[in-house]
Amino acid sequence: MSQTVALVGNPNVGKTAVFNALTGLHQHTGNYAGVTVERKHGTVRQGGASVDLIDLPGAYSLSARSPDEIILADVLLGLREDAAPVMGLLIVVDASNLERNLFFVSQLLDLDKPSIIALNMMDIARRRNIAIRTEALEAALGVPVVPLCARTGEGIAELKTALLGLCSGQAGAQTPLPQRHEAAAKALAAVLETHRHVLGRVVPAIEALRILVDRESYAEKRLIGRLGADFQDTIERYREEARSNGKSLAAEESRARYAWVQSVMADAVERPSTRTKSRSERIDNLLTHRFFGTLFFVGLMLLIFQTIYSWAGPLMDLVDGGIGSLGERVGGLLPGGMLQSLVVDGIFAGVGGVLVFLPQILLLSLFIALLEDCGYMSRAAFLMDRLLGWCGLSGQSFIPMLSSFACAVPGILATRTINNRRDRFTTILVAPLMSCSARLPVYLIMIAAFIPEHSILGGLIGIQAMALFLMYSVGVLVAVPTAWILKKTLFKGPKPPFILEMPSYKVPQAMTVGRKVYYEGKEFLSRAGTLIFAVTILVWALAYFPHSSTIAGQYEAERTQLLQSSVEGEARELALADVNDRENGAYLRYSFLGQFGNFVEPVFHPLGWDWRIATATIASFPAREIIVATLGTLFNLGSDEDEASLTLLETLKAATWPDGRPLFNIAVAFSIMVFFALCAQCSATLITIKRETGQWRWPVLTFVYMTGLAYVCACITYQTLHFAGLGG
Amino acid sequence: MITLDSFKPHESGKVLRIQGDGAIQQRLLEMGVVDGADVEVVRFAPLGDPMEIFVRGFHLTLRKSEAALVEMQR
Repeated sequence: MSQTVALVGNPNVGKTAVFNALTGLHQHTGNYAGVTVERKHGTVRQGGASVDLIDLPGAYSLSARSPDEIILADVLLGLREDAAPVMGLLIVVDASNLERNLFFVSQLLDLDKPSIIALNMMDIARRRNIAIRTEALEAALGVPVVPLCARTGEGIAELKTALLGLCSGQAGAQTPLPQRHEAAAKALAAVLETHRHVLGRVVPAIEALRILVDRESYAEKRLIGRLGADFQDTIERYREEARSNGKSLAAEESRARYAWVQSVMADAVERPSTRTKSRSERIDNLLTHRFFGTLFFVGLMLLIFQTIYSWAGPLMDLVDGGIGSLGERVGGLLPGGMLQSLVVDGIFAGVGGVLVFLPQILLLSLFIALLEDCGYMSRAAFLMDRLLGWCGLSGQSFIPMLSSFACAVPGILATRTINNRRDRFTTILVAPLMSCSARLPVYLIMIAAFIPEHSILGGLIGIQAMALFLMYSVGVLVAVPTAWILKKTLFKGPKPPFILEMPSYKVPQAMTVGRKVYYEGKEFLSRAGTLIFAVTILVWALAYFPHSSTIAGQYEAERTQLLQSSVEGEARELALADVNDRENGAYLRYSFLGQFGNFVEPVFHPLGWDWRIATATIASFPAREIIVATLGTLFNLGSDEDEASLTLLETLKAATWPDGRPLFNIAVAFSIMVFFALCAQCSATLITIKRETGQWRWPVLTFVYMTGLAYVCACITYQTLHFAGLGG
Repeated sequence: MITLDSFKPHESGKVLRIQGDGAIQQRLLEMGVVDGADVEVVRFAPLGDPMEIFVRGFHLTLRKSEAALVEMQR
């Protein structure tokens, strides 16, 4: 049984690159139970020996406030049942940014475990003329130090050797902390010892110290949760005991640790006395420049949009075509009837409709992974923070929001980079309001059919393009007040800090980026293969059954009559196709879904809809793009219509109410578009929200508020336009 | 009393102390904004907030409201 070593370090120090270089393909990813913190571990082998390496989230200290930090602290203290006890530490530090890195090292060495320091990014340190004397550093820290460059592989072999001998090694130097802190921590630990039957364990002095210093941290809240609110007084008493000359405990601790860091640095590190601008700083002079930085940012966002929008197109067609022809081929092998319909109309059409988005998801994940890995993400947050501050969010919400214009699923996944929970949940809840690519088919068909092709300003701007732009704005215009309200009510609390490191730029690493993209793709596929699959079959069944034999008999008779008549050749084919289409339409109309649509029609009357639009809309709740296929079926066409189809456009234009009034007009078209712009018609999104938040209440809330908004806004749109004379 | 948010780009000084005792203050301290540390303001974001500083050999961004907690000495 190999021993477990924890891989720890600050964010942006190349921890992932070190992990990949050490474990190669021997790694597994998952999640910690109950939270969305990624759980990664792998095996390091050399000769016959091996060590199990567990990659913990990057952090700046052991003070636990975010989910990542809580996992980190708990695994290191051996409090998580889904992680093996940690026998040693592999601490990755950035050689070009040693001072702040050593602050965390100081806390980690206090854990009193055998440790190794991996001195990563030696190439950058050398380029910046930072000279590090390894032996002196080893002497000061009391643990082995291995200089390396994980990107090039320099020093990895030496690190492996050191790692395999680690668990028999010794713990490093301890930072001298204020006497009163240590005494108070020991005293608190002794008090907690008397409560060990309630706590179920002994609390070590180092954890007691964190409880004292880190105000309102997770460790403190957990303790109060176990021992009752009265225990708060005990904690405050020991805090008072630890305090000297009125200074905060955190300030005292940080000062002591940074003083120790400086004594270590004085022995081992020589930095150039004059500060020269590094390459990264020169890049930033441009990329965070008031004018050029903003320009670059806008250009980059346009590029991402363009890629996801149009360049993903051919790939999507490929997937769509592949699934379509595969479905036809499989369908051809099956006998006609229910099974064939289930496979072709249900499984292939439904799951296929979701799989089409795989290219977009992969492309977007690629962009996000590249931006994260090269260090631009924090610059984007820096540029956008103020703008998003107006609706109560921070700059970190920008990329998730932008991603959601392609698809809310990767957008919600991208919120993992937001460290404040309230901000993250607000972003998750409003992200589905951004107009995703699946809404585009609905807009295109409605605009093409019912918005006149006029242009204004001398042909410069088309009314149709303006309508499309308007639809994209609706989501944003609704998202701003929604986020603001969420931040004032459900996610009320002090404004989270925006204290973010701006890491040096670096060239993204293929393996790190590739793994992220692969992981996102795999996650998406597994979702499409499970719940979306099940929902699709359910909707198909509701739209198929009872499939009455009376209808079959009626249309069969019509077909027989046609075949016996004098109609020949092409005309007969057309007539037969027409009968088939009407038969499909009749089946749908009298299916459970169709009956339901008729039943709820009155509810949608204020929106100007008839039972067919209502049914098609309800059928598209699993995935909104289903509407195009369902409208096709419902308006007595084959269920294989594409948005560019002229016949569907013509049919929609010709559709009437039973009394002969035309069904569609500008008011109805806009009411449908507004409904689709705001409604939560996407099972993939709702399931992702459940997965990311860990609770069903958030997807339920998202569904309820979005659907409610969609109904109300569509109603207002229709009634207003109708009143303005556009409804006739 | 001068606080960090009133500094102009390229202006530098020493941290005197951080006001208050909470999560924001602790995050600043962990990042090295401790009394005695040298801090240089690098730039402000295009809309005037947040700001970027250079401290202990790396770049940090923080909002003006957070920088206002940092008492400085020019």
